Amino acid sequence: MTVPPILELKDLAKTYQVRQGMFSPKLPLKAVDGVSLSIPRGETLGLVGESGCGKSTLAKLLLGLEKPTAGEILVDGVAVSGASWRKELSRRIQPIFQDPYSSLNPRKTVRRIVAMPLEVHGIATAHERARMVEEILDVVGLPRRAADSTPNQMSGGQRQRVAIARALVMRPEIVICDEPTSALDVSVQAQILNLLLELRRDFGLTYVFISHNLAVVEHLADRVAVMYLGRIVEDRPAAEVFAGPRHPYTRALLESVLTPDPALGVPDTRLGAVFPNPIDPPSGCAFHPRCPHAAERCRGDAPAPKADGGGRVACHYPIERTA
Amino acid sequence: MTAAPLLSVSDLTIDIPLGGRTLHAVRGVSFEVSRGETLCIVGESGSGKSLTSLALMNLLPGRLKRAAAAMSFDGIDLLSIPERRMSDLRGDRMAMIFQEPMTSLNPAYTIGNQLTEAFLRHRKTTRKEAFGRAVYLLEKVGITAADRRMKQYPHQLSGGLRQRVMIAMALMCEPDLLIADEPTTALDVTIQAQILLLLKDLQKELGIAIILITHDLGVVARIADRVAVMYAGELVESGPAAPLFQSPAHPYTRGLLECIPQPGKTRPGEPLGSIPGLVPSLTGRVSGCVFRNRCPRAEEACSGEVPVVAFGDARRVRCLFAEGVR
Repeated sequence: MTVPPILELKDLAKTYQVRQGMFSPKLPLKAVDGVSLSIPRGETLGLVGESGCGKSTLAKLLLGLEKPTAGEILVDGVAVSGASWRKELSRRIQPIFQDPYSSLNPRKTVRRIVAMPLEVHGIATAHERARMVEEILDVVGLPRRAADSTPNQMSGGQRQRVAIARALVMRPEIVICDEPTSALDVSVQAQILNLLLELRRDFGLTYVFISHNLAVVEHLADRVAVMYLGRIVEDRPAAEVFAGPRHPYTRALLESVLTPDPALGVPDTRLGAVFPNPIDPPSGCAFHPRCPHAAERCRGDAPAPKADGGGRVACHYPIERTA
Repeated sequence: MTAAPLLSVSDLTIDIPLGGRTLHAVRGVSFEVSRGETLCIVGESGSGKSLTSLALMNLLPGRLKRAAAAMSFDGIDLLSIPERRMSDLRGDRMAMIFQEPMTSLNPAYTIGNQLTEAFLRHRKTTRKEAFGRAVYLLEKVGITAADRRMKQYPHQLSGGLRQRVMIAMALMCEPDLLIADEPTTALDVTIQAQILLLLKDLQKELGIAIILITHDLGVVARIADRVAVMYAGELVESGPAAPLFQSPAHPYTRGLLECIPQPGKTRPGEPLGSIPGLVPSLTGRVSGCVFRNRCPRAEEACSGEVPVVAFGDARRVRCLFAEGVR
């Protein structure tokens, strides 16, 4: 028998009803549109795409902060559903958000912030909780005396360590990292990434790592899923994707990464600037208006994901393999 | 003989009075920018890079104290110039782009209104001519249906479009110097690449000098002709981009470069380099090398006077152990 993946998404969808003007009718906005992904235990999935592509909505679905319109989330092969779906998800899946300045209450002590998830779930006695908080502060590299400080007395890096401690105090199996280092200084960013790598090793964590920084994703991820307008357009092992992207959108994203190499200059991705309106998505392949290789077929016919190497690609004319 | 630089700053100091004490936010910063050249000032938060750029435009908040040995723009002495003449320069020959276009555009006025405002202020011209130039520049920065955009409000545009509007606005009066403070930080990587390409193209065409302020070494490497690295209010290293990235001489510059994952150089999953410790307090007397408490090379001598060492005619490093400079 095969071990089920720790996290599996089947045709997950979230549609919002939005108005564009005060008196106009409500229209459906497909923020997440038929996403299927599967993450084995201990692996890191890098989820990338431009703002508005639905990656944060997907994170919210995984955290139980939004209810899916369709599809299901399976943890360890068991569908999460029923009245306690939200509580069940939050017991096993915890978040680390982008901005530690706004995701932590600045007036509460670190001790209270970190103990909060335990209190909510009614885990352990007050005395044991205090011990668990001190333990987890050690783990994330914060001094014990930090427990009595408030976030507004701390630096950005320290705050992000508090957010990580809060996520890990529940001993979750899966951590959703939504741009965890984007708001931090370069030197601090490296410290937090190193900490995340260490924690993954020590606790066998599974990460869903959402980022627009593909260099960081390449450093951490085992697998990469590229999202465009609510759909996954490419989902393959990280090494394959970075060695040779197959979807033109993935290639444009990769070319946009500015590595510190003065010889390369500013890349020209030949990607139109206009991100389409998600309420009125383009026909056929949603990427065709910006795609340098778009053909007639791409305008009318939406490509279904096809098996490709160690994963899947949704494109009629994927980029030829170079090697 | 080479032409005189467009902008030259020597020994710039910015103090922030805090109750009885003083925070020495920027200390002894000197640099030059020539026409048609891009200087990138790179540093982390609190390094004083944004204050430095505001000081050039004389836009520092009133309680901050700016001092310098010399500061001149195209032969004009910026230290003694009366505010009236300074505001003639600002937005005309010296223009600025800020990080967050949403907060620097006025939500209550149309794009067209805001684009033409400075042009009408600085030039003897008609509304019609100003409107025409605004449309021309919007098209130039890659905005389609420019006529229609002129009547729209900032909230009706996406972040990338707003930043393009900011660039068009800065170019209205054909400035000689464009100061861009983190112009692409709030944008997607794809849009970032497009905006940087646009700045490079416009520079080539119009010959403007650009000072680009950023924390992103990737951006710096790809766009800079010359680089100035700031740390805790001081310029620790400066020089032409290619040799600086090839052989960074200051331990801070080296440390910063080791902090970022670089495909092909760093191995996935391996720990990245990091700079332990925190930036020192800049209140009261600041002495010696400011980086010494975080520096792997620091020695006794680093708490004393640290001179700026020159290598060749372009590279400057503020370190006793500057090494490997080619």
